[in-house]
Amino acid sequence: MAVTVKIPTQLRAATGGEAEVEVSGSTVGEVLDAVFEAHGDLRERITQDGDLRRFVNVYVSGEDIRFQDGLETEISEGDEVTILPAVAGGC
Amino acid sequence: MSIESLRCKECGATYELDARFACESCFGPLEVAYDNSSLDPAEVRRRIQAGSQGIWRYADFLPFVGRPGDPLEPGLTPLLRADRLAERLGVDAEIWIKNDAANPTHSFKDRVVAVAVAKARELGFETVACASTGNLANAVAAHAAAAGLESYVFVPANLEEQKLLATGVYGTNLVGVRGNYDDVNRLCTQLAETRPWAFVNVNLRPYYAEGSKTLAYETAEQLGWELPDRVVCPIASGSLFTKLGRGFQEWIELGLVEGELPVFNGAQAEGCSPVATAFAEGWDVCKPQRPETIAKSLAIGDPADGPYAVEQARSTGGAIDAVGDEEIRDGIALLAETTGIFTETAGGVTIGVLARLVERGEIGVGERVVVYITGEGLKTLDATRDRFRMEEIDPDLESFETKFEQQEVVA
Repeated sequence: MAVTVKIPTQLRAATGGEAEVEVSGSTVGEVLDAVFEAHGDLRERITQDGDLRRFVNVYVSGEDIRFQDGLETEISEGDEVTILPAVAGGC
Repeated sequence: MSIESLRCKECGATYELDARFACESCFGPLEVAYDNSSLDPAEVRRRIQAGSQGIWRYADFLPFVGRPGDPLEPGLTPLLRADRLAERLGVDAEIWIKNDAANPTHSFKDRVVAVAVAKARELGFETVACASTGNLANAVAAHAAAAGLESYVFVPANLEEQKLLATGVYGTNLVGVRGNYDDVNRLCTQLAETRPWAFVNVNLRPYYAEGSKTLAYETAEQLGWELPDRVVCPIASGSLFTKLGRGFQEWIELGLVEGELPVFNGAQAEGCSPVATAFAEGWDVCKPQRPETIAKSLAIGDPADGPYAVEQARSTGGAIDAVGDEEIRDGIALLAETTGIFTETAGGVTIGVLARLVERGEIGVGERVVVYITGEGLKTLDATRDRFRMEEIDPDLESFETKFEQQEVVA
């Protein structure tokens, strides 16, 4: 499944400035692994011991993957995967 | 204090003092780091006491290069001893209410926004913006108007009408997003990447959050330069809760007050309790929730500072509790009936949790407890509907006496 992964500004130093990465995979975990294949520096920045770091949010077509199956969340054709810092917002 | 850098709370990486909020190495939140080695406590205390009648009296502890200014200065809100509330709750303790509804736009958000807007000006921004559950929207619109800046305010479209009206009046660009607060927040995080705007709680968040420390400073100053034994504080993202801790800690370290951090009790609504749940389950992350509560100003399902709030409650021997909608309504009424202070639903949550702590016997005899009331009841009027009845009469004595025959009569 071909998907577009949106890279936030904070991580673009690790993608050579690219804001979007095109990869394929059938789950969020596979998609992220494919992104790490292309841009090795990203793995350590957003994961720790195989899990997402605690201040990293990942959305599939706007929906937080923690409301779905986490890294096992399935990807459909044309989905957009967005990585964002979790520390925004609030009171 | 002089400001040094932005520092990651997770990994310690440091950054320049510009508009950024997340660490590039680990995505952790950035916080302002200060150098306070040159501060003399006696001098600082004199400067505070000779300062303005608002938050800028604490400028030594705020994240500015120059002296901050603001035509709509918040702060120095009343700290009131609430003996009748303590009596109604049946607790032999000093209960104090910090009434932060007494700010220019009637919530504690004026503190954080005043700091963020002043910082936005220092950094050269011409437009400010925010993702809000309502109180922040009011404050951003008002402070932008006062400072002559353009503003964009993003809120969930289904917000209480009072909060929408009290935002639009300031002439802001009010944007109602079809979604909940967390959707609004995600959208603003994305917008912050491409717009040359100061989103007060996104790219200016490290500075904005510092404004909450002034609530701790004021509490200590108003208690005669002493610390409370315990605080009860509402939690939405957990930022206010953790910055209260940081504010007290800074003053302890500097020697402005003696003692140790108060016990921290956090208050959430059952319909949105990711931080209370993490505390109860012993987790070090918060599992996001979809909010369903009348306490809309606390309805953040994915709380950015949740993990730190949990740590602070644990390390001070406190707790984080969640109360239901009826307890929230009861809390609003109890505070109004015993103190004359009318709070919004968030304050009902806080009073509801105070009542829980009393019930559990957690508040010791003579303990000094400060309860933070962060917003105004007029903004959430629906929460008080149908709790009392108005007696309607004709304009004559007989009509009154028929309805109120038990009343005392003079002569």
